[in-house]
Amino acid sequence: MSKARTSLFRTGAVHAALIAYTLVALFPVFLTIVNSFKSRNAIFREPLAIPTPETFSLIGYETVLKQGDFLGYFQNSVIVTVVSIALVLLFGAMAAFALSEYRFRGNALMGLYLALGIMIPIRLGTVAILQGMVAANLVNTLTALILVYTAQGLPLAVFILSEFMRTVSDDLKNAGRIDGLSEYAIFFRLVLPLVRPAMATVAVFTMIPIWNDLWFPLILAPAETTKTVTLGSQIFIGQFVTNWNAVLSALSLAIFPVLVLYVIFSRQLIRGITAGAVK
Amino acid sequence: MGSLQLKSIRKAFGAHEVLKGIDLDVNDGEFVIFVGPSGCGKSTLLRTIAGLEDATSGSVQIDGVEVGHVAPAKRGIAMVFQSYALYPHLTVKDNMGLGLKQAGAPKVEVEEKVAKAAGMLSLEPYLARRPAELSGGQRQRVAIGRAIVREPKLFLFDEPLSNLDAALRVNTRLEIARLHRSLKATMIYVTHDQVEAMTLADKIVVLNAGRIEQVGSPMELYNRPANLFVAGFIGSPQMNFIDGAKLGDGAAKTIGIRPEHIGLSRDSGQWRGKVIHVEHLGADTIVYLESDEVGPLTVRLFGEHRYAADDIVHATPVIGGMHRFDADGRVIISGQ
Repeated sequence: MSKARTSLFRTGAVHAALIAYTLVALFPVFLTIVNSFKSRNAIFREPLAIPTPETFSLIGYETVLKQGDFLGYFQNSVIVTVVSIALVLLFGAMAAFALSEYRFRGNALMGLYLALGIMIPIRLGTVAILQGMVAANLVNTLTALILVYTAQGLPLAVFILSEFMRTVSDDLKNAGRIDGLSEYAIFFRLVLPLVRPAMATVAVFTMIPIWNDLWFPLILAPAETTKTVTLGSQIFIGQFVTNWNAVLSALSLAIFPVLVLYVIFSRQLIRGITAGAVK
Repeated sequence: MGSLQLKSIRKAFGAHEVLKGIDLDVNDGEFVIFVGPSGCGKSTLLRTIAGLEDATSGSVQIDGVEVGHVAPAKRGIAMVFQSYALYPHLTVKDNMGLGLKQAGAPKVEVEEKVAKAAGMLSLEPYLARRPAELSGGQRQRVAIGRAIVREPKLFLFDEPLSNLDAALRVNTRLEIARLHRSLKATMIYVTHDQVEAMTLADKIVVLNAGRIEQVGSPMELYNRPANLFVAGFIGSPQMNFIDGAKLGDGAAKTIGIRPEHIGLSRDSGQWRGKVIHVEHLGADTIVYLESDEVGPLTVRLFGEHRYAADDIVHATPVIGGMHRFDADGRVIISGQ
């Protein structure tokens, strides 16, 4: 930024606002992680205190790792999330390409229809989805979750990606056609690399609700072998007694995979923005 | 190798007809330029030849073979775009070689042809770079190189110089003219710039509102425009148009005189007028007058002249410099 456009006061105000927001956003995470390392009494006595040698305890993590197949839950969550994101990105981008690139009858109507899912929550269809899954013999499989999450993520993906794909230069696609690239090659090799920032945005928006979802794992796949982390942590929350050590430890552990995925996608996002113009 | 026949090409987008029946023959080795105001359909026509748009009706033949249902890559054409349209993630070398690679040419042959094209365009130092690391002029040369490597029957250029600055435009124009001479290939070039059209073309096709107004060599169009539109479009500054009635010519609705075909004198002449504005360009002096008899006139004088605004002058048309047009804008007897 040039010196002429910065004043100490404005820079200070901007930073103050950003720091305040960061604190608000990070506070729950901080609280969760800090308390997961404390003994049960310490959590209740001083919830905001940092663990000291007297209050430090790994009891929560021990409980989590002993109770149930927590590693398995993690694996389930990661499989469901990663496969769903991949499918959402693949099919969302393909639909968006068709909508933005080809002129056909009903194009606008089709686009509107595909975007309708943004406004209607998929949970309204839970009963029908469950019936369908029972009929298809998919209850208690990860496939059931992946199918539902793919459907849930597609509307937003199609909507965002088709807007971005309209901005890719027609000349570039036509140059590819003249050089003999097939429509698939144009899609995968010319268009997708150019909309990578948009893909990263969609991936982040799709990932978080899937990772955190409790509803569909509880209904469609509550079996021990198909539990996700979010569902697995629920065994520590009882109607009368809640094992807070274990709950907080499980949540702390659940943050990390999603953090890793986020870092990967956000790097793509930044790289895409700075990669430079087409022309 | 490299002739093109268009027969009654029509193209409509919905109810809007962009091309209204285009017939044209391009001979092997010709440099043909489509010129016209924006929205006249010249780019659409080029894209129809390339196969990027399907004609609503009519036929496109390249070397006598109907190509209406042939994919762009199989038509034996190469195209250079206004926005360069280089593949951003490929190096210059890969950009130029992609077409051949897709066609399944052996690697050695691709290398050889890319090297040859790079030599012609002095692009050797940049072969390993990506488009983002090149200047605008270099990018356009890469785009031209990509076309040369394909050794097409037809080169198609879609306003290739519009994104370049003035100095670079002249250089690249010379380069394209040189390429045409050395490759002896058929080239079709779209532009809205009549200077490019006049300097490069063997044959100019003037388009207006989806129709061909006139086809001819640059000098034919300049000396014998077939109608008012061509007369006004070719030549800069624009031709003067005078109401025929004012000159007592009953047969001609409009009479056109090019600014360079009018002489000026301070003492005597056919039309008396007052100078409104003078542009001194060094080689030329452009004088704008308001004359008593025939209204506003633009006069182009060669060399430097000391006229100033509000001077009273006399203008005289050069004998044989008049173009007469009928009520429909068609020429009656041109340049008599």
